[in-house]
Amino acid sequence: MVIDDLNAIAEAERAARKKYTLRCCMAAGCHSSNSVAVKKALEQAVKDAGLEDLVEVRGVGCMRLCCQGPLVQVDPDGTLYEKVRPEDSASLVGTLKGGTTHVQKGDPNSPFFTEQLSIVLANSGYIDPERIESYIAADGYRALHDVLREMTPKEVVDEIIKSGLRGRGGAGFPTGLKWGTVAKTESAQKYVICNADEGDPGAFMDRSVLESDPHSILEGMAIAGYAVGANQGFVYVRAEYPLAISRLQNAIKQAKQRGLLGSGIFESPFTFNIDVRIGAGAFVCGEETALMMSVEGKRGTPRPRPPFPAESGLWGCPTLINNVETFANVAPILRKGADWFASIGTEKSKGTKVFALAGKITNTGLIEVPMGTKLRDIVEKMGGGAPDGAPIKAVQTGGPSGGCIPAEALDTPVDYESLASLGSIMGSGGMIVMDDATRMVDVARFFMEFCMDESCGKCVPCRAGTVQMHSLLEKILNREATAADLQRLEELCQMVRDTSLCGLGQTAPNPVLSTLRFFRSEYEELLKKETAHNGEPRAAIR
Amino acid sequence: MAAKTLTIDGKQISAFEGATVLQAAEEAGIPIPTLCHLDGVYDIGACRICLVEVEGVAKLLPACTTRVREGMEVRTDTERLRNYRRMILELLFAERNHVCAVCVSNGHCELQTLAYEHGMDHVRYEYRFPKWDLDVTHRLYGMDHNRCILCNRCVRACWHIEGAGTKNVAGRGARAHIISDLNQPWGDSESCTSCGKCVDACPTGALFKKGATAGEMAHNRAKLEFIVTAREKKQWIASE
Repeated sequence: MVIDDLNAIAEAERAARKKYTLRCCMAAGCHSSNSVAVKKALEQAVKDAGLEDLVEVRGVGCMRLCCQGPLVQVDPDGTLYEKVRPEDSASLVGTLKGGTTHVQKGDPNSPFFTEQLSIVLANSGYIDPERIESYIAADGYRALHDVLREMTPKEVVDEIIKSGLRGRGGAGFPTGLKWGTVAKTESAQKYVICNADEGDPGAFMDRSVLESDPHSILEGMAIAGYAVGANQGFVYVRAEYPLAISRLQNAIKQAKQRGLLGSGIFESPFTFNIDVRIGAGAFVCGEETALMMSVEGKRGTPRPRPPFPAESGLWGCPTLINNVETFANVAPILRKGADWFASIGTEKSKGTKVFALAGKITNTGLIEVPMGTKLRDIVEKMGGGAPDGAPIKAVQTGGPSGGCIPAEALDTPVDYESLASLGSIMGSGGMIVMDDATRMVDVARFFMEFCMDESCGKCVPCRAGTVQMHSLLEKILNREATAADLQRLEELCQMVRDTSLCGLGQTAPNPVLSTLRFFRSEYEELLKKETAHNGEPRAAIR
Repeated sequence: MAAKTLTIDGKQISAFEGATVLQAAEEAGIPIPTLCHLDGVYDIGACRICLVEVEGVAKLLPACTTRVREGMEVRTDTERLRNYRRMILELLFAERNHVCAVCVSNGHCELQTLAYEHGMDHVRYEYRFPKWDLDVTHRLYGMDHNRCILCNRCVRACWHIEGAGTKNVAGRGARAHIISDLNQPWGDSESCTSCGKCVDACPTGALFKKGATAGEMAHNRAKLEFIVTAREKKQWIASE
């Protein structure tokens, strides 16, 4: 494969395009509402109407407005159809010949779509994730070519540093700094790992990227491999994502067949292979040291850092580990330049962030917005507020490691520092909206139960502390707790945060601490008066 | 090997490069309480009892896995640390069924000793009273999961001193527990060499020699140390 071959594939793909394209969402959300049958029916309807020369039916990745799936969009005019059923296909195809259809139409010019800015999701909803040609026609693998043929590894690292990209897994560590550390650590063997063990309740950004644009991850990892001096990559993806796994494996196979993975890529001396490792359902395996244990085939438990993976990671070798969304940003940065990327976002948080918008919100789905977008714009303008017009009470970000941001703080811009100052975190991108019917102690209890179940059991504060915090929260909800119990809960929160071995335990108290900070009265209202010692348990409230 | 100079609790000491804070403190006669640490096997930093404060580092660090650095300032005995240690001990006592009076290790138990040392006169947390089984299928030894604190010492002794690889951990969170082979009765294990190193490694009475009764079983830690010293330093004497 040389650049001319890549151009030829792209040109052939573009030349094969027809007058109309019916893009049919095949990501997990629409997939589960029967989009496979819809696509099949559309293909049949095109055949029946004799329009095969004019109309292409293309299975694409996530089209974002998941709550209205299955989604079909028509090119070139952009008409968006929602909740399409297989039996609608004939009338839908009929519109191309001037017919009419009763199928519900969406508004592609609504703020949900127009306020988005796509870097990571640029191809999502447009290209066919199961065909490498489709990715190549969208300038895919061009950045890898330019990197291998025109840049030194150091120049690649410098470009990433200059872009200001920070880890999208949640903690926001500067990506270029991490790459530089791995690049500088001398070793005959190094590894690149893509962390696709997305486990936060309500989060589905990484899954969508893998399902919609798997090659962007492979290209990002290969570029990273070149920059840090690694020849082997692993994608660690959870078993609960079968569609993402199959598209990823298919993409790896196609990239190998085209010589875009393997040895001598673009006739350079660079060799890079990628293998998929499938998780077995433990949330803690998203923690980088536990993840590496799992890749090695061992019990997935975290170990103390330092040494950090950049120094001693997989099988003791220097290892670069980044999140799916981080890798998805790499090729666009190298294609369009670090300055372009750094011009988007805020001073300290560059680029965009993908969020999975869920909970009490009208428009459930996937959004990508520039860093610094106000939470209010996301929730009210794009998300359309709560479905029945109920007031928004809080927004939860960062999953079980994050916190609840109260409605009063909705004008906060979304960036790493602002969210941290509110006791939450950016997290990997789960955003759960809560209306005034939500009780915050319930929310805290839910996340504590999650952490208790998902604690690996290695260190005492997390294993036994989450159990005690959960039981204190239950006690409060049952109106059996006293002020002393609440104090005990707060002490435990601090202790578990300060003494746990890994991020899971260190952040497990966050949902409690943040709801205590902003909604303390909800806890206090549930407390039993310590003087009322009549021995009769009050009725449980649920 | 180069040496590093550091300060622990205000006392200036020197330590070998590569030594852990725990080793350096031990050599200087500064006691740091430990539970999952065992001389002779690698450290995992799991129990969090040995956490120390290091100047300039926001997080608390386990002394057993943190390497000494030049000019490091370590505090091992602050009020916050003492408070957290006691809380960890209380969490352990509440977690399973630790009844000292009827335990084979009464008087020889590291958990019990630490609780005394930290003035643990009561437990503030709800006792969980979980129903854990007993495995007494082995000819010589027994395992009482009620007394287990999941320090992992038996697992490490089994894999890294004996090399048998019989013991392991299954389950996660509060359901984590020590197993033999593929979660079989200990007596059916084909890999167990009946060496008893796991029993000697155990800090509590979870692993015990059959026939011992309350308070009778002292662990022979010196045996493990003797073997490891002989192997690593080629010295045919126990280090004590």
